Amino acid sequence: MIDFGFTPLVASITDLDKANVNLAKQLTEQDPSFALCISCGSCSATCTAGQFTKFSFRVMCHQIRKGNAKEAIAEASKCMLCGKCTLACPRNVNTRNIISLVRKAQTTTP
Amino acid sequence: MTKTVAIIGGGVAGLETAKQLNSLGYSVKLFEKTNTLGGHVAKWDRLFPNKRHASEVVSSLTLSQGNTQTLTETTVHSIKRENQGFVISANSSNHEADAVVLATGFELFPAEKKEEYGYGLFENVITSADLEQMFKKHGKPVMASGHKPVRIAFIHCVGSRDEKVNRPYCSKVCCVTAVKQAIEVKEALPNSEVFCFYMDLRTFGPGYEDLYKEAQSKGVTFIRGRLSESSEIEGGRVLIKAEDTLASTPLKMSVDIVVLMVGMSPLRSTNKLATDLGLSINADGFIAATDLHTNPTGTATNGVFVAGACTGPNNITDTVNAAKATALDVHNYLSR
Ligand SMILES: Cc1cc2nc3c(=O)[nH]c(=O)nc-3n(C[C@H](O)[C@H](O)[C@H](O)COP(=O)(O)OP(=O)(O)OC[C@H]3O[C@@H](n4cnc5c(N)ncnc54)[C@H](O)[C@@H]3O)c2cc1C
Ligand code: SF4
Ligand code: SF4
Ligand code: SF4
Repeated sequence: MIDFGFTPLVASITDLDKANVNLAKQLTEQDPSFALCISCGSCSATCTAGQFTKFSFRVMCHQIRKGNAKEAIAEASKCMLCGKCTLACPRNVNTRNIISLVRKAQTTTP
Repeated sequence: MTKTVAIIGGGVAGLETAKQLNSLGYSVKLFEKTNTLGGHVAKWDRLFPNKRHASEVVSSLTLSQGNTQTLTETTVHSIKRENQGFVISANSSNHEADAVVLATGFELFPAEKKEEYGYGLFENVITSADLEQMFKKHGKPVMASGHKPVRIAFIHCVGSRDEKVNRPYCSKVCCVTAVKQAIEVKEALPNSEVFCFYMDLRTFGPGYEDLYKEAQSKGVTFIRGRLSESSEIEGGRVLIKAEDTLASTPLKMSVDIVVLMVGMSPLRSTNKLATDLGLSINADGFIAATDLHTNPTGTATNGVFVAGACTGPNNITDTVNAAKATALDVHNYLSR
């Protein structure tokens, strides 16, 4: 094989063959609204925590779906549970409840 | 004896149904509550997908009416079954008919319900329908102060795809309308900056994707994120906030005019007419089809038919097609 002198950056590739999406499955069972997000960004745009840190509910959910549970669980601690995002969501995703479930998952999901 | 058909609503749906039934030899009575024919289309300036003047479509439909008896400024309040036919009460008189077609259309989503967007509060927050009026009057958008706008933002899905205002469905026509209007702004004011805030771009019809490409090549910027709120700043300008979801960062910008792409909502007064006749209303609030695939224009009540946007959001092409189908259904019913 010809060596082009570069290799793909493995870490930046989402490999859905290997991803562990257990947390996404668990959350969908615990709160079915987890599955209903359309990534509109209303929650992140209104988020109190997002004004000061890089926190985004939408991105956190996305990471969980891609199998990055660890990063997502770490992110969840930045939320102040103010509930503004719940008021904004056009799909009635139960955002605050999902964040609480993600925080609890810290101890229950491997 | 010639049979009579009553058509409720003089928009493109009612006009096309009337035209067809007329040429089939029926006596047609068309009831329209306003003083003009054409419904919402009469309020638009130029149409997607080909920027044709809306007035051409309305006049071609009104001029081909033949013997249709049009009753403008006549609101139908109730329709009752009597013997084999129907009695239609409009204003304070009664009219008899052998069959009834509901072509009552839709209403624009009342944008002030999305309080956080500032319609009715901030003078430079307008709707897509208001912009059509501006194009008709001035050929371009103007700020409330009379100044020329430099930056304009179009906000998709206002009163559509939003469970918070009880409008969970997609209104189908507003993405392509935004794209069309963005192009028109660029043509009228070449130095302006135009932005479209969208969640998904649904340009499903013939020529719609071409309009999208045209808007891109004319320099319209597309930002993937839903507007979260707007506030008024100096000079009546508007500060808007959203998430740029492709960059995963919050975004804010100031603009001269915000255009809210209002959705097509069910007309509440239609629901009473429909339910009194035994028709059902679907989950989105429009008149339900008997069979979405094989009988989209028939109803559960013999002699009652539906056409156009009273059954859900639609463009003119689909509305006119539905009207033609409805006319054939009426004909089959009356010649059975
Ligand atoms: C902003 C905007 C721009 C659009 N631009 C385009 C475009 O460029 N191209 C395109 O293809 N489509 C466009 N559309 C869609 C188009 O407007 C609709 O497809 C069309 O108006 C549907 O026609 P209709 O006759 O079913 O309803 P309507 O246009 O709503 O007409 C219904 C009529 O019934 C009358 N009526 C209602 N109730 C009663 C009653 N009880 N008694 C008597 N009369 C009654 C109303 O006064 C009205 O005149 C646009 C829609 C929007 C919202
Ligand atoms: S509840 Fe948490 S995620 Fe939602 S807006 Fe408040 S801080 Fe942000
Ligand atoms: S507001 Fe709701 S639908 Fe929109 S990104 Fe947030 S969770 Fe998803
Ligand atoms: S057509 Fe576009 S703007 Fe209109 S409701 Fe559907 S997605 Fe939103």
